Amino acid sequence: MRRFALIAVPYIWLLALFLVPFLIVFKISLSDTALAIPPYTPTLKDGFGALIQGLDFENFKFLTSDDLYYKAYLSSLKIALFSTILTLLVGYPMAYGMARAPQEWRATLMMLVILPFWTSFLIRVYAWIGILSNEGLLNQFLLSIGLISEPLTILNTNTAVYIGIVYTYLPFMILPIYAQLERMDDSLIEAAEDLGCSRLSAFWLVTVPLSKNGIIAGCFLVFIPALGEFVIPSLLGGSGTLMIGKVLFEEFFNNRDWPVASAVAVILLLILIVPIVLFQRNQQKQAEAEA
Amino acid sequence: MSTTVFAPWDDPNAKPLIRFKNVTKRFGEFVAIDDLTQDIYEREFFALLGPSGCGKTTMMRMLAGFESVSEGTIELAGQDIANVPPNQRAVNMMFQSYALFPHLSVYDNIAFGLKRDKMPKDKIDARVSEMLKLTRLEKFARRKPHQISGGQRQRVALARSLAKGPKLLLLDEPLGALDKKLRQDTQFELMDIQETTGTTFVIVTHDQEEAMTVASRVAVMDEGRIIQVATPSGIYETPNSVYVADFIGDVNIISGTAQAAKKGQYYVDWGVNQAPILATSERPFSEGQECHLAIRPEKISITKEKPEEAENAVEGKVLDIAYLGNLSTYHVELPGGQIIKAQTANTRRLSRRDITWEDSVWIRWNATAGVLLAE
Repeated sequence: MRRFALIAVPYIWLLALFLVPFLIVFKISLSDTALAIPPYTPTLKDGFGALIQGLDFENFKFLTSDDLYYKAYLSSLKIALFSTILTLLVGYPMAYGMARAPQEWRATLMMLVILPFWTSFLIRVYAWIGILSNEGLLNQFLLSIGLISEPLTILNTNTAVYIGIVYTYLPFMILPIYAQLERMDDSLIEAAEDLGCSRLSAFWLVTVPLSKNGIIAGCFLVFIPALGEFVIPSLLGGSGTLMIGKVLFEEFFNNRDWPVASAVAVILLLILIVPIVLFQRNQQKQAEAEA
Repeated sequence: MSTTVFAPWDDPNAKPLIRFKNVTKRFGEFVAIDDLTQDIYEREFFALLGPSGCGKTTMMRMLAGFESVSEGTIELAGQDIANVPPNQRAVNMMFQSYALFPHLSVYDNIAFGLKRDKMPKDKIDARVSEMLKLTRLEKFARRKPHQISGGQRQRVALARSLAKGPKLLLLDEPLGALDKKLRQDTQFELMDIQETTGTTFVIVTHDQEEAMTVASRVAVMDEGRIIQVATPSGIYETPNSVYVADFIGDVNIISGTAQAAKKGQYYVDWGVNQAPILATSERPFSEGQECHLAIRPEKISITKEKPEEAENAVEGKVLDIAYLGNLSTYHVELPGGQIIKAQTANTRRLSRRDITWEDSVWIRWNATAGVLLAE
């Protein structure tokens, strides 16, 4: 009985804070928009029978009728994918450097990676506006050293969105990779060299495969939140930046079309379930390998 | 059947496989290897023995190419290897931690070095099978390192380092992680494999028993220098210094001054009111020179009655008895307070042993039993 109670706690948590809200959102996505509070119909006030009868998949059909949504999903996937790759390219050398640093430095370096979390995420993204804008720090610096003659337009483009996502999610990439690299036995690299590997091939044949789990974990930790990202594209992106998080926000707050917004959210969740399941499986496999 | 004794180090015409010539290695201010010169011959099983920090691992890592030489040269088969990177040396190493690649199967671990040489696949297959057979690992080829036992992992590491057929195999504390029983079995296995493959082995160990068992020659090191190089029996029976005598096995050291007796024999004055000890020595001692007599406990016999016609006999009192099963070591306190260890084989059952604690006993040994050392 006590064991049951122990397992029940996380399940009740998930039920109350994940499944129930999801069912509510799903129900709204099957409703029709209405000039009321809340702005959809039917509700439970109409009686249960009427509520069930009033639900349909019209909003999902609507999503297929307008290619804006389809393009937004695709563009979100593209941006999330490329920024994940970019974050990996930036994060891996940093994690590698940290793991190779002298023991007494590692805690400090780790601290530096985590340090940005001490400031509000929103403020840090606003700070990038100050850096990237036409009169921003970056352009002023490049102009002053004479590298460019007129300011680069970075803010309000996809480039700024990539910079923002890579910057924001970098620690999520570095930490799992660092955790893998740090406990790797140095003599493995020596053994690889001893058996005829050059430094570079030892890296590809030993270091990379052994940090594989860290790379997979880091990529999912970046890809999943980046896919639904709203703040970064709306602050740093331009009118041409199409991301599903932004579409969702507009449907919900500007159009006050809760049912369509809910339908967008449900589809986004379905897209995310695939990588989340893959991620879970990777974590599980890793736990089994270590046991 | 007569067999020639394997001793290329006594043959002036033999060409050494490895030559250390005045090699010095410094880490900052610290001198790890101090002006070391040593030859190692082909097919030899050479043991580097010493306490931790004596430089034995540094010597091995210089051979493997992981450490550079500060001064002097190391030659492998007549060629200076200072500028040859580790991946191009015909030298392989078996690491103390085994350093098996955890993401690869036993088979792929052994094949790792062969694949780097771009060997054709069927040849790799044949060579790996040969190695698996040599180390009796055929059944485990598909397993990952974490799925096999410590002893099996040790054999995978050995197979992997032998797969490329190196001229020289370096073994860094190869048996350190195994328990005592398995270690003893593995020592003989290691010797068999060394004999079968004919590879030159250099082993680093701090376990003197291990070095004595496996090696054809043992180098006793201390503070970056080789103190003595000799066969295991040479090291044990004729150590060249108190340090070596004390490091290898158990020993009694009696210090005193030398006085010439007959030719090649000396009296050692070692205590007030004690008759001098007679000892033979090939190396000359001057009159009154300070000297140390090293005698192994098993070369001292112990009796209750005063022995007749003993070259050296001293009376004492049994202070302690260490019963080791097959042997017993008696700690005998002499009148001067010095404690001498005497060892006897327990050929009789314990109940019939007639010497016990606090007994007054005589210990005796021959003039040839000990080694007279100057330092």
